[in-house]
Amino acid sequence: MASVDTTTNAGQLLAAASGGRRRLGDRVFSRTAVVAAVTILALLAGVAIFLLSEGFPALTASASELPEGKTFIDYVAPLAFGTVLASAIAAVVAVPLAVAAALFITHVAPPRLALTLGYLVDLLAAIPSIIYGLWGIFVLGPAAVPVLKWLEEKLGFIPFFKGPASATGRTMLVAGLVLAVMILPIVSAVAREAFAQTPRRLKEGAQALGATRWEMIRMTVLPFGKSSVMSGAMLGLGRALGETMAVTIILSVSGAVTFNLIGQANPSTIAANIALNFPESSGLAINALIATGLALFAITLVTNMGARAIIARSNQE
Amino acid sequence: MESSAHSPALGQVQTSRLLASGLGWRRRSVNIVMTALIAGAFVLAMLPLFSLVFEVAKRGIPGLSAEFFTSDARGVVGGGGAAHAIVGTLVITGVAAVISVPIGIMAAIYLNEYGAGRLRRALTFFVDVMTGIPSIVAGLFAYALFELFLGPGIRLGVMGSLALSVLMIPIVIRSAEEVLKIVPNHLREAAYALGTPKWKTITKVVLPTAFAGLVTGVMIAVARIVGETAPLLVTTGVVDSMNTNPFQGRMQNLAVYAYNEYRSPGVMKQASYDKAWAAALTLIAIVMILNIAARFVYRRYKTEIR
Repeated sequence: MASVDTTTNAGQLLAAASGGRRRLGDRVFSRTAVVAAVTILALLAGVAIFLLSEGFPALTASASELPEGKTFIDYVAPLAFGTVLASAIAAVVAVPLAVAAALFITHVAPPRLALTLGYLVDLLAAIPSIIYGLWGIFVLGPAAVPVLKWLEEKLGFIPFFKGPASATGRTMLVAGLVLAVMILPIVSAVAREAFAQTPRRLKEGAQALGATRWEMIRMTVLPFGKSSVMSGAMLGLGRALGETMAVTIILSVSGAVTFNLIGQANPSTIAANIALNFPESSGLAINALIATGLALFAITLVTNMGARAIIARSNQE
Repeated sequence: MESSAHSPALGQVQTSRLLASGLGWRRRSVNIVMTALIAGAFVLAMLPLFSLVFEVAKRGIPGLSAEFFTSDARGVVGGGGAAHAIVGTLVITGVAAVISVPIGIMAAIYLNEYGAGRLRRALTFFVDVMTGIPSIVAGLFAYALFELFLGPGIRLGVMGSLALSVLMIPIVIRSAEEVLKIVPNHLREAAYALGTPKWKTITKVVLPTAFAGLVTGVMIAVARIVGETAPLLVTTGVVDSMNTNPFQGRMQNLAVYAYNEYRSPGVMKQASYDKAWAAALTLIAIVMILNIAARFVYRRYKTEIR
């Protein structure tokens, strides 16, 4: 009994002796953590507020005051079209490749190599976009010219490949392909994580029933990872929508609204248009560019929310 | 054809062997074709990586020289180096890290050790939103903020740092949260049992345990922003001379330098392109070294938790 009493007393004494200091330290530290959390919320609110306040003048200005003498809606519409078109190409190309790469890493390649191969795919995400741009215009673009010509000749009846084919390769198709390479790692990473978590009992069950590897993948791994692949695809799409430098460098823009992916005249994208025109603009033109940035922010926000919603829903199931 | 497999007289092993040999040629060839397609797609996805690294090395090496690393491009026609861009990259990225790392790690501590209720939910949600902000939009935000106070056309190194912070903070939070999460609770409980206050438990037990992971996360985050171009194009501007003060005047950095040498080549076009590629090679080297070093730090210094 005595010993218990002593311990309690000692604990109380300790607490009483250092209590003031201890509470102060705790209070300061936890306040700092809360301040950091609130700072981040304030920063994000700041992004929305300052873009709105600096973009607003362009939304209310008359057509004659704005660049190209168009109303803001007429100004941003072709850019939004180009943005969505380039990102759609990127997603269509990247998603199947990313899924296949994820399957290869998780279920086909020797397990010993999985980590290294995953690291290689992640390296694609580490390369700065300016370098993708230079690679696109100096390497992939010229290499694509004969392919573009071939597409025009053989598949010219499809509106996408109507031509005339560009002689430089600075086309929507090439820009979309480079974007595809850039978003592949994020899509693949999400898919990889889901595929790796396929329950063992499902896979082994399929194999016990005599399924081949492909049948096992088709019947257990793919259905299990379906919603993750969808959300990964949307995250990738969000990346592609906001990607700037690669498109800025590669695409030869004319403001045309066209589905012809291999021609000389291409619609610009919102982000590329800002990067091209911002440094030399002043006055209302700056406000107009900031307003287009706000539109881009809204588009990517909706896309990312969609991706999160899919993840949340599949987690509930 | 697989009926023999159902014979009750056969043992398990034999059953599966028979099953395998009894596969129809159609199923077997579909399996082979699909496996080959998957492997082929992986190789196809990796081709750009190898082509890119190879081309950047091939085209970048001719532009590398002592001059590239030691002199700026002020008043030089065709020649000059990228020293001002390298220094600018270090300053802009450094200031961004100084802003982002404390805020990011404290916010992660908040989320993992203190957070509860609405603020926690709001922070989790908005960090997700922040991850999706396009880099150019972060640049426009920094410009809009500074323009309001310092007038139109303003360009400063610190504006670029602020823009990069918007991109870097969510990466730091996410990675810090991951490593704080795996610090086992029994370590915290042991510290509490010794009468250690919570803040000391965090600073003396939790953070040291997670240290290698935190450093790795910060290095990966720095690698992610060090090559950013678009947000700096609209905030730090383009300049030919050395500037080490982020609070005054335009500041060059490697990515914008590479873009500018490509976009507005001087009279000696090839020399400008060479310098653009040399800057690209330098950037890739920095990014790769940061990534590899991050992994090394994690493997070498991570605390073994049993």
